[in-house]
Amino acid sequence: MRTPRILTLSAFALALSLALPAQAANDADLAQIREQLKQMKENYEQRIAALENRLAQAESTASKAETVADKAEASASQAQAAAQQASQRPASANSFNPELSLILVGNYTNLSQDPNQRRLQGFMPSNGELLPAERSFNLGESELTFSGNINHLFRGTLILAIAPDNTLGVEEANFQTLGLGNGFNLKAGRFFSSVGYLNDIHAHAWDFSNAPLPYQAFFGGQLGMDGVQARWLAPGDTYFEVGVEAARALSFPAADETRNKNGLMSGAVFAHVGGDLDVSNSWRAGLSYFYAEPNGRDYDDPLNDTTYSFSGSSKTWIADFVWKWAPNGDASRQNLKLQGEYFNQSEDGTLVYDVHGTALGTQSGSFNNRQSGFYAQAVYQFMPHWRIGYRYDQLYSGNPSFGHDPLTSEFPSLKDFNPKRNTLMVDWTPDEFSRFRLQYAQDKTRPEATDNQFWVQYIMSLGAHGAHKY
Amino acid sequence: MKRLYAIVLAVLLSAFVLPAHASLKIFATVPEWGALAQEIGGEQVKVYTATNGLQDPHRIDAKPSLIAQARSAQLVVATGAELEIGWLPVVIRESGNARIQPGQPGFFEAARYVTMLDIPAVLDRAHGDVHAGGNPHIQTDPRNLLKVGEALSARMAEIDPANAAAYQSGYKVFADKLRSAIARWEKEAAPLRGVPILVQHRAFPYLQNWLGLKEIGSLEPKPGVEASSAYLAEILAQQAVQPAKMVIRPAYQYDTPSLWISERAKIPAVTLPFTIGGTPEAKDLFSLYEDTIRRLLKGWQG
Repeated sequence: MRTPRILTLSAFALALSLALPAQAANDADLAQIREQLKQMKENYEQRIAALENRLAQAESTASKAETVADKAEASASQAQAAAQQASQRPASANSFNPELSLILVGNYTNLSQDPNQRRLQGFMPSNGELLPAERSFNLGESELTFSGNINHLFRGTLILAIAPDNTLGVEEANFQTLGLGNGFNLKAGRFFSSVGYLNDIHAHAWDFSNAPLPYQAFFGGQLGMDGVQARWLAPGDTYFEVGVEAARALSFPAADETRNKNGLMSGAVFAHVGGDLDVSNSWRAGLSYFYAEPNGRDYDDPLNDTTYSFSGSSKTWIADFVWKWAPNGDASRQNLKLQGEYFNQSEDGTLVYDVHGTALGTQSGSFNNRQSGFYAQAVYQFMPHWRIGYRYDQLYSGNPSFGHDPLTSEFPSLKDFNPKRNTLMVDWTPDEFSRFRLQYAQDKTRPEATDNQFWVQYIMSLGAHGAHKY
Repeated sequence: MKRLYAIVLAVLLSAFVLPAHASLKIFATVPEWGALAQEIGGEQVKVYTATNGLQDPHRIDAKPSLIAQARSAQLVVATGAELEIGWLPVVIRESGNARIQPGQPGFFEAARYVTMLDIPAVLDRAHGDVHAGGNPHIQTDPRNLLKVGEALSARMAEIDPANAAAYQSGYKVFADKLRSAIARWEKEAAPLRGVPILVQHRAFPYLQNWLGLKEIGSLEPKPGVEASSAYLAEILAQQAVQPAKMVIRPAYQYDTPSLWISERAKIPAVTLPFTIGGTPEAKDLFSLYEDTIRRLLKGWQG
């Protein structure tokens, strides 16, 4: 305020000096003028002071108003933040409950052959379900999933399978690490082994209604484990992952469930590599190895009422490959998925066999065999919500060697044969929560008959929106 | 077996010994956040964008390449509000990267910093593919970029304190430029205020809120649910009573439903870029809105 005042005064002085004639005047006049000048000066000074005062007042009011406005703004933004938080805030402690999801599956099947006569000729029965299990209407496995973060370190998952015969099974019950870092992931509990491609994908997410033949022949459908898994993802732009599993394997070819020993039972190692070719094409390939030492793995031969028991070593190699195409990386309209896996299983040990009702009694001999098989499939989404797929499966039974005393006639179900199957499917997926599938398979898994299998299947998914693997 | 251990150990060691990258590695789920991080970070950041403008952001595959990129990222910038729920959780879990797990500073969700619209009052899948947290397509209102950018620059500074000043000034330069652009765009788009429109997918509530467009119908009876021809006929009948000026769709969606309506109702079908790369003109965050407004004005003029 100082500057304007000085300016005003000097302007005033200047105006005066210009206005007043600079000639000499008499003293009385001079005194009068001086007096007038003084009065004027005082007068102006008073008015300036008053103005200054008013200005200062106005200024302080303005700044007050500004403060008030600031405060209002702050409280408004606080209110907004509070409102937003309130809308995001969980309603109750229930919000800490795990994510819940439910899968409902059911089907209608029409089989030209008796499903009770079905077998994979040339292969030891893996005791896995040879789906479809029954004719006509069937309920599939209902799957109930609970999952959630345990804390900042671990995530837990429980997947229960309720079988149509009202039995409850634990498909998965495991925890995995969240923040081990440096590409490491650890998992422990019950889980599906990460060997191959399809093995750790749940049945409801498969592209066909049943497992490929190699999975049925070599893993009894799907290889489950109670154990630990460690994986490491290499740094770099190309996906390269290696993993190792040590476990009590829950299915064929192992027989760990009844094993009574400390330490290692079955183990697996695997490596996966993958990447993008361009924006439309991506792929993943893998190589896996599974080792088990089945001890007393029993099976019944459906053809001649005999019980067998195998003990020895079982080694399985798997090579898998997946290729996905989606124009410009957008799979919502059209996409194509090519997938194939090759299995090679060799077993070496002794076979104990007991032919009921004959004079032979219990016999045993050395046994070794190398068997293999593959499947290849293509699934094409030709328009939104509609897909069509074809799969070809083939198995090679090999020629089992029974050591010094070949008794091939005693092993009718192991007589060499190469089972084959052609499968066609079309499915409709209105959204990611529901799917209907029509599937036809021409099943040539035994020499005496071809089974024409039709089935209609529904898969419904409720609850938490689970993310899917590649 | 011993040799195998030796190889694994050697690979592991090499991973630790390799020099750390100087720049902040950012994994952006969608192009708009990738561009925003680049605007803020400039030379200090290396941005990987997981998707392009013509991909449906709801439906992305958890591809091996994405997992590999997430493995080395220091910061994941996602939209949140369940937009990426079908794939990002898997990518993050499989990455084995502790820094980017939800709850860590390296996990950033843009939707947390803006006022969400369309928060459903009732959560029921019978209402279609609704998002519990509200409509996740927040990037269609550029004013949201200011809020997200401010929070993002602070987060980048937190993760990479050495370049904190650069991020703050990067954001300031960007925000100033964006603010004046927004003022310009608002002026240009003034004629669009109150214009009735149809949308093919409810992808634009934030854009409508910004420019004052009036949505009078959606070609999806429920979010993510495709229209039956009966439903489209209904929309067409409504057009006689309450005519819309145009029908808009995000570029990643196929054009059949909006063209169907456009042809019969004799209104223009307008394709909006939705994000960077959605149209050839939408090359960055500025041309994205410029092109959006240009196309809307063109549609409005008929």
